[in-house]
Amino acid sequence: MTAEDVIKLTEAVQVCTGNQSHNEIKYAVAADLMSDILTVNTDELLLITGMANLQVIRTAEMSDISTVLFVRGKNITEEMCELAKENGITLLQSKMSMFNVCGILYKAGLKPVF
Amino acid sequence: MEFNYEIEGGNFSHAGTASSEVKKLLKQLNVNPALIKRIVVALYEAEVNVVAHAYEGVMNVVFDNNAIVVKIADKGPGIPDINLAMQEGFSTASPAVREMGFGAGMGLPNIKKNCDELKIESEVNKGTTVTMITHLN
Repeated sequence: MTAEDVIKLTEAVQVCTGNQSHNEIKYAVAADLMSDILTVNTDELLLITGMANLQVIRTAEMSDISTVLFVRGKNITEEMCELAKENGITLLQSKMSMFNVCGILYKAGLKPVF
Repeated sequence: MEFNYEIEGGNFSHAGTASSEVKKLLKQLNVNPALIKRIVVALYEAEVNVVAHAYEGVMNVVFDNNAIVVKIADKGPGIPDINLAMQEGFSTASPAVREMGFGAGMGLPNIKKNCDELKIESEVNKGTTVTMITHLN
């Protein structure tokens, strides 16, 4: 799956395009707690979150996560976009709930990290 | 080679900038990407701890062909009981820190997991120094 597939499946919009938007995504993790994300050591990972602040982008940067999907229509600020661009991270935004997004992406083949 | 980065306590908009600089540096030096990830996750956790709990800090990074040694020294309240602080789930983080997605008591255990050697020295009402060593070979 790619970021484009995630967009279609979750009716998302691409708010910010990273330089790896065509990268394969095989796994997903959904959390609002960045401490949880930092314990995950999986590549080709999509981060699904309802937390929207700069530290989400920093967490993605440190964890080598190239695509972040914000759920519940959370606002992505200009500052977040700039930091994401600087680090080649693609930011997507869906109006769907986290539960709904997780169900759809799981059914479409994304795997859990544990 | 040796580099120093300042960390500002309480400023979450800058939290992670020092770790980000180190990540760029390690990439330029062609360090193994899996190793870079381990190192920067540990650094970022430690940097967030300084921002969350201390007034100010300095990240000192020294590396040669064998290892990367990072020392993060802060001026702050210190840790009264290091063994307790190392327990997963123990946290003294403020509600503001928790609202940012941190403060779940997972930082120090995750730092330990992501480096080869970890040393924590702390003095109450003075500060804390965290030393992380990662072997490159």
